[in-house]
Order: sequence, then C-alpha cells, then structure tokens
Amino acid sequence: MIEFRQVTKRYDSDHTALRQVNFGLERGELAFLTGHSGAGKSTLLKLIMVMERPSAGEVIVGGQVLNTLPRRQVPYIRRHIGVVFQNHQLLFDRTVFDNVAMPLEVMGTPARDIGRRVRAALDKVGLLSKEKMNPMQLSGGEQQRVGIARAVVNKPPVLLADEPTGNLDPELSADIMRLFAEFSQVGVTVLIATHDIALINDLGRRTLTLDHGRLVTGVGAKGGLHG
Amino acid sequence: MASDPRRQSARGAKSARSPWRQQAESYLNHHRKVARDSAQRLWHSPVASMMTWTVMGVALALPVALMLLLASLEGVSAGWESSARVTAYLSDSVSIEDARTLKAEVADDSRVAEVELIDRETALEEFRASSGLEDALDYLDENPLPHTLLVTPSEGSRTADGVEMLLKVIEGLDGVDRVQVDLGWLQRLNAMTDLLGRAVWALALLLAAAVVLVIGNTVRLAIENRRDEILVAKLVGGTDAFVRRPFLYTGAWFGLGGGIVAFILLQVSLWWLSGPVERLAGLYRSEFSLSGLSVDGALALIIAAMLLGWLGAWVAVKRHLDDIEPGEIAGG
Repeated sequence: MIEFRQVTKRYDSDHTALRQVNFGLERGELAFLTGHSGAGKSTLLKLIMVMERPSAGEVIVGGQVLNTLPRRQVPYIRRHIGVVFQNHQLLFDRTVFDNVAMPLEVMGTPARDIGRRVRAALDKVGLLSKEKMNPMQLSGGEQQRVGIARAVVNKPPVLLADEPTGNLDPELSADIMRLFAEFSQVGVTVLIATHDIALINDLGRRTLTLDHGRLVTGVGAKGGLHG
Repeated sequence: MASDPRRQSARGAKSARSPWRQQAESYLNHHRKVARDSAQRLWHSPVASMMTWTVMGVALALPVALMLLLASLEGVSAGWESSARVTAYLSDSVSIEDARTLKAEVADDSRVAEVELIDRETALEEFRASSGLEDALDYLDENPLPHTLLVTPSEGSRTADGVEMLLKVIEGLDGVDRVQVDLGWLQRLNAMTDLLGRAVWALALLLAAAVVLVIGNTVRLAIENRRDEILVAKLVGGTDAFVRRPFLYTGAWFGLGGGIVAFILLQVSLWWLSGPVERLAGLYRSEFSLSGLSVDGALALIIAAMLLGWLGAWVAVKRHLDDIEPGEIAGG
C-alpha cells in the first residue's frame, strides 16, 4: 500500500532529512514510526501526503508513484489518506458533525450519505452523542477522537497519525491505539509516528526507527526487523 | 435508515443507475450551499459589508452617471443634427425658372431628403412679417432678397461630415451664390461629447480597477481569517476549485451589493436633479432631460458589478490562496 524506494529528501541548506529510505507497508498493516526529534518522521509523513516531494527515489501509495504526480492531482491522492495530528487541527467555528463531514464535502458526497457516514464515524469513536457540540467544549481526548473520526469518515485505505497520543494520559492513549488496531483489522494501512516507546512495546507491532534520516529498523516488508 | 433495508437498497439501485446525475446534483448542491454560506457571512458583519458595498457603489455610480449624462447630451446633439439644414442663396441673376431647375437638380441627389424653394417674393413677405421692419422695407426700390433653396439632408448624411460634403456639392452648382449651415456649432458639440466620452471611459476603467483592488483586499482579509479552514480543506483533499469557491462567491456578493448601492445612488440623484434640470432646459427651450437607467441598464450595471467583484476575489485568491499549503501544520 505504501512503498518507499531509495527515498532521499534534501532541503536547501545542506540539510538531508531522509537518506535512502526503503520500506513497504501492506494493506491492513499497522506500523509505528519512531526516532529522535528531527530524525525525519514528519518529513516521511509529508512525503506520503505529497506535502513534500522526494529529492531522489520513489514514493508509491496505492500503486501510484507520487514523485511525478501533477499538482492538481494531489487532492485526489489525499482523499485516500486519512491523517490524525497531535494538535488535531479541528475547526472551532463549527460543530463536531461539520468537522467530521469535511472530507466528505470536498468529495461532493450527497447530503444524505454525509449524515449517515459522519454518524457512523462518530459512533466508532464513541462520540455520537456530541455531534452538535463545538469541539471547544470537548476534552483533549475527545477532540483527538473527533480528529480520528474525520480521518476515517471517508474510509481511506491509508491512515497516518502524527503523535496522536502526545497530549493524552496513558489510559486514553491505549483507547486510541485500540481504535487504530481496529482500523487495521478491516484492511486499513496504519502508520503512527510516535515517541511513546511504552505504547509501542505494549502493542508489539512492526516499528520503523529513523536515525538522522536513515531507517535503522523495520526495513523491508512485513515481519522484518523489530526494534 | 438501517431499519428499512428494502428502501435503502432501492435507493442504492437508483443512485447506482445514474451516478453522473447524482454527481452533478451534489455539485450543484455544494454551489448552492457555498453561495448561501458566503452570503450569510457578509450578512453577519453588516457594518463592514455595508462599507465595502458603499465604496463599490460610489465608484460604480460615478462613471455610470457620467455615461447617462453623455447619452442625454448626445440625444440633444442628435436632435440638432437632424434639424441641420443647408441654406443655399442663389445669385440675383437667377430667374425663378432657373431656380426651379436647380431645385430639381439638387433633389435628385441621393444625399438630399427634401428641397424647398423660397422665391424672393415669399422671402420678403416672411421677412416683413417677422422682422417688424415693414415701413423701412417699403422704402426699398426693389426686393434685395435672392431666391433660396432649403436643403434637408437625407438620414444617412446628417452627420457633421455628411453635411459638409453636401455643402461642397451645392456650393459648386451654377447659380448658387452662397451656402450657409451652422456646422461649426455642430462640430464643436460633437468634439466636446467625443472628448467627454473618452474621459468617461478612462474614468470608468480607473474606477473599475479600484473596485477590483478594493474587493481583492477585502477578500484577502477573508482568506486570512479562514486560514485554518483552508488548510484543513486542502489536507483532506479539497481541490483548488473547492477552496476558492467560497471566496469567489464572496466577491460576487460584494459586487451584487455594490451594484445595488450604485443603482440606488443613481436613482436618488436623478430624482434630486430632475426638477432643476427640467427648469433649466425649459429656460433654453430645449427638450433636454436626464434619462435614468432602463431595466436592462440596471441589470447590466449589477451584473458588471458582480463580475468585477468576482474578478477582484479571483485576484486575491490567485495571489494568496495558492500560497497556503498544509505542509506547515504537520509537526512532530
């Protein structure tokens, strides 16, 4: 589902964020992405989201090579990738329902389907009763779950999460991880960037470790090295 | 929904049969929603919106008012042009028979609509009646007045150039002593309205540019205010067109409001000026009157205003929206 072939990302000022990164994630696989801060985790996620383009090598998502993708095609790739952020990026000028509905609206989903699918996503994260509230009124854990509902509402085959449990206590973090595990069980490829080593060890999943832009563990396909 | 699977499957089959139609429907629905939403946003900040509308209204009303004035003036000059007649005084030696021949000759010209022959006796009678010099004229031994031809140019020749051409032809005829037309007057008026017309167009272009810039700036602020929303929309796969749409509608609504304000300003000033103008025109015995905007004209004004607003929004969107890329928010 996601494949990196000899991917290098160099920024202008002699700063190389990623060096010849190779790995592949299968459909339904859940993996962690870890490393010290500045190791290139967010660059790697940005390459998948086509927020950045690689300096060398190939990034392939869903069989599509992203390097040469024209700019106007980028939105259509992003529709297949759900993203969860540490600071969740919710909009406080609208209700929880409208926040979750955004990915469907940009796709031009008919209104009656939007209602059904938003409620299904909110039900999945246990917030169905709060659809009419403003996200401002919710707790940090609830806001994060709204972010997850938004990321999965259009059933994307790929789900990326950037420090999704960064601000949460261990119990809430475990809840959120359980949700991610459920998504991977229904065939979603999940990649979670995190510092939370305890969490990673608990789940015992494949871990990609970056060190100064090099992938040091988790190279290759499923069942490869474990950190 | 799930409680009635039969209905749901029926609906599913229907939508599967015409996905194209469904797509178009949801596209239109989205347009409707965005249009309504951006109108509501303007409505929710009435003071700021009203100020923008007024600026636009004034900027649009000014050139339109001048154009209306110009149209009214052209109406006046057209009236004078159509009454422009060439007066040809014949030589004293020309007899009345020769004058009749000459009249027929002039009448044959295609540029001439009508020729009237005033013989010297009739001319004297008219002069005697209108000048009040009856007694003085009695002292004259003979009639000093020549036979006269009054030539009305045909429709196509009632322009300054056309009349001048005709003038030359008649002047060249045998037996014509002198030709007179008040052409200089006509030319001056035409030159003035031409100049005024150009000035109005230049002013209109400048003010249209000002309107585009004002709307562009207003929309730029709206873009800044909704930066987060734009980022999220781009992040979840909103196309450029999707992200631009609300701002383009905002521009068009600013234009609509500005057009309506301009129309109101025009109607009010017309109503305010029409009394004095009529009095003035009456004093000059002129049929001059200020003409207002027709329904077509008002519609054209409002549509033009909307287009300008849309254009201004487009400029802002091109300049600022494409810069907002979600790369910056992916931290970690």
